[in-house]
Amino acid sequence: MKLKIIHETSYSYDTPVEALVQSLRLTPSVHEGQRVSEWRISVSGGQRGAAFRDGAGDWIEGWTVRGPVEEVTVQIEGLIETRDTAGVLRGHRESVSPIVYLRSTPATKADAGLKELAASVQGEDALDIAHRLSAAVSKAIAYTPGATESVTSAAEALELGQGVCQDHAHALIACARERGLPARYVSGYLHTSVGGKPHDAAHAWAEIHVGSLGWVGFDAANACCPDERYVRLGSGYDAQDAAPVRGMAFGISIESLDVRVHVEEIQQ
Amino acid sequence: MSYNEMIESGEVRAPYAMLSDWVASMPAEMRQMKQAEAEALFRRIGITFAVYGEGGDPDRLIPFDMIPRVFQQSEWRKMERGIKQRARALNAFLRDVYGRAEIIRAGRIPARLVFQNEAYEKAVVGFVPPRGVYSHIVGIDIVRTGRDEFFVLEDNCRTPSGVSYMLENREIMMRMFPGLFRNNRIEPVDQYPELLRRTLASVAPAKCEGTPTIVILTPGHYNSAYYEHSFLANLMGVELVEGSDLFVDGGFVYMRTTQGPKRVDVIYRRIDDPYLDPLCFRKDSMLGVPGLMDVYRSGGVSIASAPGAGVADDKAIYTYVPEMIRFYLGEEPLLQNVQTWTLWKDDDYKYVMENLKDLVVKEVHGSGGYGMLIGPKATREEIARFAELIKANPGNYIAQPTLALSTSPTFVDEGIAPRHVDLRPFCLCGDRVELVPGGLTRVALREGSLVVNSSQGGGVKDTWVLTE
Repeated sequence: MKLKIIHETSYSYDTPVEALVQSLRLTPSVHEGQRVSEWRISVSGGQRGAAFRDGAGDWIEGWTVRGPVEEVTVQIEGLIETRDTAGVLRGHRESVSPIVYLRSTPATKADAGLKELAASVQGEDALDIAHRLSAAVSKAIAYTPGATESVTSAAEALELGQGVCQDHAHALIACARERGLPARYVSGYLHTSVGGKPHDAAHAWAEIHVGSLGWVGFDAANACCPDERYVRLGSGYDAQDAAPVRGMAFGISIESLDVRVHVEEIQQ
Repeated sequence: MSYNEMIESGEVRAPYAMLSDWVASMPAEMRQMKQAEAEALFRRIGITFAVYGEGGDPDRLIPFDMIPRVFQQSEWRKMERGIKQRARALNAFLRDVYGRAEIIRAGRIPARLVFQNEAYEKAVVGFVPPRGVYSHIVGIDIVRTGRDEFFVLEDNCRTPSGVSYMLENREIMMRMFPGLFRNNRIEPVDQYPELLRRTLASVAPAKCEGTPTIVILTPGHYNSAYYEHSFLANLMGVELVEGSDLFVDGGFVYMRTTQGPKRVDVIYRRIDDPYLDPLCFRKDSMLGVPGLMDVYRSGGVSIASAPGAGVADDKAIYTYVPEMIRFYLGEEPLLQNVQTWTLWKDDDYKYVMENLKDLVVKEVHGSGGYGMLIGPKATREEIARFAELIKANPGNYIAQPTLALSTSPTFVDEGIAPRHVDLRPFCLCGDRVELVPGGLTRVALREGSLVVNSSQGGGVKDTWVLTE
């Protein structure tokens, strides 16, 4: 699939801020399932500083904007070719040991409910268990936009029985780690015009490390594994750690945010 | 019986000969007067902080004992070789576990202990800091149990504190008793700040242009070691800054000065990893510098100690340091580890639970003498209570035999008496590995006490290394 992606984030401030610093994880991963043809990151009035690939394989760019400034726009424009690898992350260069991802974070900590959910699943091997855990999480948390917030933990979302892709990913990560399977949060894009439930084009899912295959993606929100509709950006322990944008503005001001993500299939 | 560093078989040992006469000839009134003078000096200087991780009242004065602790040149040389060897191995280990992790592949250290360690930072995997050095100031706590028996109690690879005590103790002794320094040939320690500055300059990033600009990054004046931060900045002639004094612009870090922004090349940070950069670690941290870690990982600035260095110094990893020395250096350890039982191993668990009354049990991540059981000094109830804690989470504990720490003569109410001591030397690692002859001697002032932590009744002494 050939996908065109436009991702625009505009920050506006009611009083000008002195400066803005951002750490962007907004470049597609390098792996067999996707190949970038064109990719451009621009930050209005910004200067690109640090740029490097980290140990987890993510391309990270540091950007700074000197103020005073009232509005900053981060714009991504790209063309990418994707193909279905049945969720398996192949040819991805990274040097972090998978067992590092057994660590839990406040957002992915397993409480009694998550432990019970994790234990409710029987499977033949790690891959089978991972599939069944993903199915169990899909069932336990109904896709409900607006029911949760960005700070909602996996335990809270499960208790509520509602959530969005972030909550599904957190809950699945918590369950997998509970079963001794390394798991991590992946942020990216999803092309959604092919039926199915409604979603933001900005998406997130989980990857679970299963011995023989390595990292395999599981999208509990859509009850499937990532295929050619998915574009992978980067990973982390949880949503905060894997955030495509982490930034801070200097100044006393109220920030308002406007995000527009557009993923479109380009015909040959 | 503990080893008495001054008296052996009824005779005063050579390194203490002069000191013994000096102590004996000092009248009680004189001693009290001098003690008061020393305290007044410490107060005036304002050196009133606790040693790393010990907690307690930051404005409390740590008692200073006027009788120095003395090492012969030969004793020191031996220790020095062992300390440098250990510091090299610890840095090699850090380079390895953030790289190919050969020591784990070779099966010499369990992967779990490293990769699931809280102090292991995923964010710096694959990044090699300048000269491959992660821990630039290694504080190695050493205890002595016999004439030739020295053991390492723990390693401190992050930001060990206490070096200002080493320097101030010497300064005050020289001011109060200049005669002692005329009559004894004592190795100086006052070159430490210059060595530290040189060490930090030697790890400036490749992108640094000209003479490296070094700063000390402190969490602020309410931190218990703030005095030490400002003291070292002063002596090194570098700026003492807080997070808000620094900012990232483009690919570099700058400090705000009255003459405008000045690029910073090396940050000697005295704040912990989670607070360094809200864009990489704890989002709510106000102590750090947003964007710092991106600059660091792209080679725009150096950070000492390197983020992630803490994985080398917890009590579980400690048990593998002799293995690291063999693996990376191909040498036998010159300084011994204290025998350690790790409670997550079944055999060790069984042995420890049966012998709690004779052992010291510590938390793997604990420090400062808290959260530990000293079997021989504990009541049966205390032991039973601690056994429950261990049962609940064996992986959180290690056990060691109760060591008979050596004693050094110390002024007490009744006169002079032996009191237990330990030693923290500060090893510097940059383009070379070096340390000044001496360190911080801590003394357990309570009779019979083995706990030298200042939060638990410990004091400090000047530490002498005699020249040949």
